[in-house]
Amino acid sequence: MKVLEIKNLKKRYGEKEIIKGISFEMEKGETVVVIGPSGTGKSTMLMCINRLTEPDAGEIYLNGKQITGSKHPEVFRQKIGMVFQEFNLFNHLTVLNNVMIGPMRVKKFSREKAENVAKENLKRVGLELQMHAYPAQLSGGQKQRVGIARALAMEPDLILFDEPTSALDPELVGEVLEVIKKLAKEGMTMLIVTHEIGFAKDVADRIIFMENGEIIEEGIPSVMLNSPSQERTRQFLAKFMEGR
Amino acid sequence: MINFINVFVNAFPFLMNGLVFTMELALSSIAIGFVIGIIVGISRSYGKRFSYTLSTIFVEVIRGTPLLVQLFIFYFAFPQIGISLSPITASIISFSINSGAYQAEYIRGAIQSVDTGQMKAALSIGMTKWQAIMRIVMPQALIKVIPSWTNEFVYLIKYTSVAYLVGVPELMAEGEFVASRNFEFMNVFLSVAIIYLAIVMIITWGFSRIEKMVRMPGV
Amino acid sequence: MDFLSTLKVLLDGTIVTVELTVTSFIIAFSMAIVVSLAQVYGNTPLKVIATIYERILRSIPLLVVMFILFFGLPSFGIRFDPFTAAILSLGLCSSAYQSQIFRGAILSVPKGQILAAQSIGMNGRQTFFHITLPQALRFAVAPLTNEFTIVLKDTSFAYALGVTELLREGTYIVSTTYEPLLIYLFCAAIYFTVTFSTNTVVKRVEKKFALPGFEFRGERA
Repeated sequence: MKVLEIKNLKKRYGEKEIIKGISFEMEKGETVVVIGPSGTGKSTMLMCINRLTEPDAGEIYLNGKQITGSKHPEVFRQKIGMVFQEFNLFNHLTVLNNVMIGPMRVKKFSREKAENVAKENLKRVGLELQMHAYPAQLSGGQKQRVGIARALAMEPDLILFDEPTSALDPELVGEVLEVIKKLAKEGMTMLIVTHEIGFAKDVADRIIFMENGEIIEEGIPSVMLNSPSQERTRQFLAKFMEGR
Repeated sequence: MINFINVFVNAFPFLMNGLVFTMELALSSIAIGFVIGIIVGISRSYGKRFSYTLSTIFVEVIRGTPLLVQLFIFYFAFPQIGISLSPITASIISFSINSGAYQAEYIRGAIQSVDTGQMKAALSIGMTKWQAIMRIVMPQALIKVIPSWTNEFVYLIKYTSVAYLVGVPELMAEGEFVASRNFEFMNVFLSVAIIYLAIVMIITWGFSRIEKMVRMPGV
Repeated sequence: MDFLSTLKVLLDGTIVTVELTVTSFIIAFSMAIVVSLAQVYGNTPLKVIATIYERILRSIPLLVVMFILFFGLPSFGIRFDPFTAAILSLGLCSSAYQSQIFRGAILSVPKGQILAAQSIGMNGRQTFFHITLPQALRFAVAPLTNEFTIVLKDTSFAYALGVTELLREGTYIVSTTYEPLLIYLFCAAIYFTVTFSTNTVVKRVEKKFALPGFEFRGERA
């Protein structure tokens, strides 16, 4: 069954066309990683999927229901988790409350039930001991794991990751990637924008290469990373390997 | 409406006379207050124990008490110790001291927001602390303080209206004088309000021009 | 007039001063919330109206507003006693300043906080009440405390309308004792005590309830 379908998505800012007609689909349980040079519309595309950014054209479906054009995008957002590059944890709430607030205020769970859901998901990311801390007291890696728990607590059908490790110190990247890998194994459907090619190779069922607002090429990691069919993909990967 | 225009036109010459006093009060107070503010601001930032404590007490006491009470002390109470001041002198003194305390805080805030690296760099090339303050820190701090000055000047123009209560013939007093003769209280005080509004708008605009002119990249 | 009865009169005045302050501050607070919401979330006409309201009231001296309300409005058949006129004027003027405080506080909630709230499916109202408002109020505490002490000091203007607040009571005693220096310094001391203790108490409370990342940022310069 298709969890996500995107048909001919377009977005422009003023004169500049950021996304020039993107289409792809995701199956349930699939982990898709999007790679490509900075500033090619990868993050904008993610934001369009849950309509935090309003797309200009195209259709997006979640489980066969159309998100685009709906008057209540918040209904779909409950089913689509999002993990931000800058974490965006709610600064005025404890770790536990950060994760609870969605189930309690949006899904209208009782406080007790919401608390249980939250604790369970904090355990999944290994942060049950920090639940009474405030975001300002956590390391970057811990913050991002809370961000993931917050998304998980809504029991989403799909989680979007917007460069989840780009704002982290190098030594903190590993703990976050481990959590995402674990989720992949558990069969979570995930769409991940990242610059960590090695991680993409490990975790992805499929890799999409995007450049200048277009999908250049997509395929399974072993093929995509070792023998891409497009020259532009090859160039990007070569540059990337050099940089290592 | 026609009535209002009549009242406004008839009151206008009186109100303009008042405005001259208002501006005189505000301008001299902001200027004298600036001198006080610089001295107190620097000693709050860099002073040794004695000057720091003294300047802090000054700022706290002045900012913790109403301007009107300060004015009454200078005008009504000082004669008791043999110092009689004219309404205008008493007003200018109390407004300057009051504004000095506020300006000191603006200047202190601006000094603090200048990178401590600037001070270290100045000392590292052999400047004395005093040279570093005057040549490196203050020029940057003073540019940062300009938006606060706009506010302070606007405050002063508005607060000079209390000088009316000790008999300075400024804008407010002239309004009261006209209104008590033609009994057009509403129209006269609205006219007064419009003149204050116009003056404040002109000043805000003027200062934002100045701010743009003296802006330096990165400061 | 002996010391004790002088003290009693001044304390009576202080009570009126505090009444004026608290009442007008509360009125201003409620009006300011409305004005700042209009400024941040309103449609264009609302924004324009709210901004004009704020600009005008921030440009006119409190004393002029008091005189318009107290001496001007009776020509439209609206009469206030001095106390009410003073409260309304203080409230109007302070509401303009407080709306600026709230607007700044709302706008200083980072954009990412709102995106995150939307990403878990919160609608506009939920986002405002659960995320934006609680953070904005914390940002507003320090400047609001400062504004409270400004209102307290400005209540002395009610002297001009004949409200028997602290300064008016002080002047009354001066007129019978001819001790202006002593009495006015005493008035100043009372004002100072109230503003100083307000600041101290708020700082204490704020410290006690401080959240990491939301430390008391001190008075607005």
